[in-house]
Amino acid sequence: MFEYAPAPESRSVVDIKPSYGLFVNGEFVDPTDGGTFKSINPASEEVLAEVAEAGPQDVDRAVRAAREAYEKVWGPMPGRDRAKYLYRIARIIQERSRELAVLESLDNGKPIKESRDVDLPLVAAHFFYYAGWADKLPYAGFGPNPQPLGVAAQVIPWNFPLLMLAWKIAPALAAGNTVVLKPAETTPLTALVFAEICQQADLPAGVVNIVTGAGDTGRALVEHGGVDKVAFTGSTEVGRAIARAVAGTRKKLTLELGGKAANIVFDDAPIDQAVEGIVNGIFFNQGHVCCAGSRLLIQESVADRVLESLKRRMAQLRVGDPLDKNTDIGAINSAAQLERIRELSDAGSAEGAERWSPACELPERGFWFAPTIFTGVTQAHRIAREEIFGPVLSVLTFRTPAEAVEKANNTPYGLSAGIWTDKGSRILWMADRLRAGVVWANTFNKFDPTSPFGGYKESGYGREGGRHGLEGYLNV
Amino acid sequence: MTATATSARSELSELGRSETALRTFLHGLPGVDQVGAEQRAAQLGTRSIKTTAKAQAIDLAIRMVDLTTLEGADTPGKVRALAAKALRPDPADPSCPHVGAVCVYPAMVPYVAEVLRGSGVHLASVATAFPSGQAPLEIKLADVRAAVAAGADEIDMVINRGAFLAGRYKEVYDEIVATKSACGDAHLKVILETGELATYDNVRRASWLAMLAGGDFIKTSTGKVPVAATLPVTLVMLEAVRDFRAATGRQVGVKPAGGIKTTKDAIKYLVMVNETVGADWLDPDWFRFGASSLLNDLLMQRTKLTTGVYSGPDYFTLD
Repeated sequence: MFEYAPAPESRSVVDIKPSYGLFVNGEFVDPTDGGTFKSINPASEEVLAEVAEAGPQDVDRAVRAAREAYEKVWGPMPGRDRAKYLYRIARIIQERSRELAVLESLDNGKPIKESRDVDLPLVAAHFFYYAGWADKLPYAGFGPNPQPLGVAAQVIPWNFPLLMLAWKIAPALAAGNTVVLKPAETTPLTALVFAEICQQADLPAGVVNIVTGAGDTGRALVEHGGVDKVAFTGSTEVGRAIARAVAGTRKKLTLELGGKAANIVFDDAPIDQAVEGIVNGIFFNQGHVCCAGSRLLIQESVADRVLESLKRRMAQLRVGDPLDKNTDIGAINSAAQLERIRELSDAGSAEGAERWSPACELPERGFWFAPTIFTGVTQAHRIAREEIFGPVLSVLTFRTPAEAVEKANNTPYGLSAGIWTDKGSRILWMADRLRAGVVWANTFNKFDPTSPFGGYKESGYGREGGRHGLEGYLNV
Repeated sequence: MTATATSARSELSELGRSETALRTFLHGLPGVDQVGAEQRAAQLGTRSIKTTAKAQAIDLAIRMVDLTTLEGADTPGKVRALAAKALRPDPADPSCPHVGAVCVYPAMVPYVAEVLRGSGVHLASVATAFPSGQAPLEIKLADVRAAVAAGADEIDMVINRGAFLAGRYKEVYDEIVATKSACGDAHLKVILETGELATYDNVRRASWLAMLAGGDFIKTSTGKVPVAATLPVTLVMLEAVRDFRAATGRQVGVKPAGGIKTTKDAIKYLVMVNETVGADWLDPDWFRFGASSLLNDLLMQRTKLTTGVYSGPDYFTLD
């Protein structure tokens, strides 16, 4: 046997402070009416830092700071000068990428190979990309002189903490808005280091404000009367509440919500690569991905063959210490999320689907869930309908392309889909009929700042990324 | 072997009887998506192999080296020196294992045989009008017989790429069958020359063709064309031997050759073997590196691991 020795990435590149305040008007301040909470490492349950919880007054202070910066500095600033700041931020992120990757893995539980090779390069790329737009807005297709909206309230999830921050902040600033951003309560740390990077880049005070906290802080932020724009990524349930709160106001809203994507494998698919795509689709980032390929639809004629290959491949997945460079699957982000994954998986077994996981030893401390597949799943099962947001794959079969489309679309969500076939014409035929914002062909979970991303139906509205991503931050 | 594998094997052995059956079978194999295969190979290349795992990998890689010289300028003196190095790669360290085999041209086989006799190091000879294979079949077979008679116990043949690319699969198949029979007891490695096959679909088809015809090993390259062994090509070949064993019960070895020069490269290949076909192939009987300069880099890294310091190239023998 060839056993890989532990290959841990060093923690010493990260200097985590014992406590963090709120980032308001260019400096870290203590909360006036909020408390504190702790952010833990989900792989060990060790406390990483104490973080301020912003109350309504703190949120108000942040929104006022953003307003002032918008009116006096950032709004009037020529696009080419805004671009300089964004380029500067992008370069600092690249320079500090190792530190940020380690911190992201510590706070979130994702494997270092992903934070290092996926999250951080994309974060920097997003800032570089939107920096390029800042002085070219008249050519973006939104009129000769598009104007910013003002103050953007942005609430982001815990699955890609820094990447979601980049998706929100980069286009907002490029378009000339200022922001108040609330990171998720389980993963606030990289956003706070980002605040330090704003200081390092000499970004004018108040352009970026970070208020940490949980649901109440988020509610205070999106309901604040001084906000012109609300952008939210997270669960459909919270998205609905936000849409209700924003209804009837002047606030512009974009939502990026849940998903239950179909990953569709035809009998002429390149099987070995399709299996890689299935694994990447559902086990990337522990399945904490809104566009995860959580429903596998296999053509019946190749179902046994694909499943056999998939199981063999899953047995190779290395679950464990997120900081080990050879780890493929890290820790579940929180006890609450682990509980939800367990509940839905148990429902899958109870409803008669067949559960399978490879033999794999899970660490004792921390939150862990073995990669799991359910076969014999039908459209009627909860695990085929509800978003699990964990490393759990539901496998269904189909007989014809039309049936594949029907099943893929038979969900309240519509964020993404995958098609695996050697036939180009079938890819186009399917893509025309799938009601999903992103359709990947012979690949999965590919992201690029130039490509718009967003959902159909209950997966939300508005697009992030690309030229389209500017629209949500411009008065058009 | 299971009953289904036995019947599958006998069905597969019928394929070589007809051009149509061979073509239908080879073109019915699942395709390879180029982007996906290259991405998977690159991912495996990011594994971090350190300390004990690295030491284990280096010794295994040394045992898997087919120490090769295939030059017009080869002389008895040159190949004897190479054979001596194969036996004791690091004269300063008796714990260093010997390599898997020495690989030379047929004319050089007798000189190498004298040195290797009884040592456990195999003696491989390229044959069949290596490297182009562009000679009449009878001459290719005579080449093989001569090498075996002179003491080679492994024959590295080249397939007829012209016939393969023209779609004359049966011709390629028949040549391999004939060569295998000319080998007698010697093991047959079938060189696909993947750099000339160009697509991964062709690599997969050629791999199956070589295995169906009785090859004991499939090998990427001669080292004589610009594109030699690559990680994605080796991945596709490993998937082929894995699927072939699942279908027939017979295990076939894999040998990437050409262009593998560093310990880091070699370890990437071993990781790929480990995670694609598993421990059964992590053995010199089932996986080899066709290389020459690789050995000295392995020795340097080995010395670094045991002593903690890098030695200069003068501390390692040239051949």
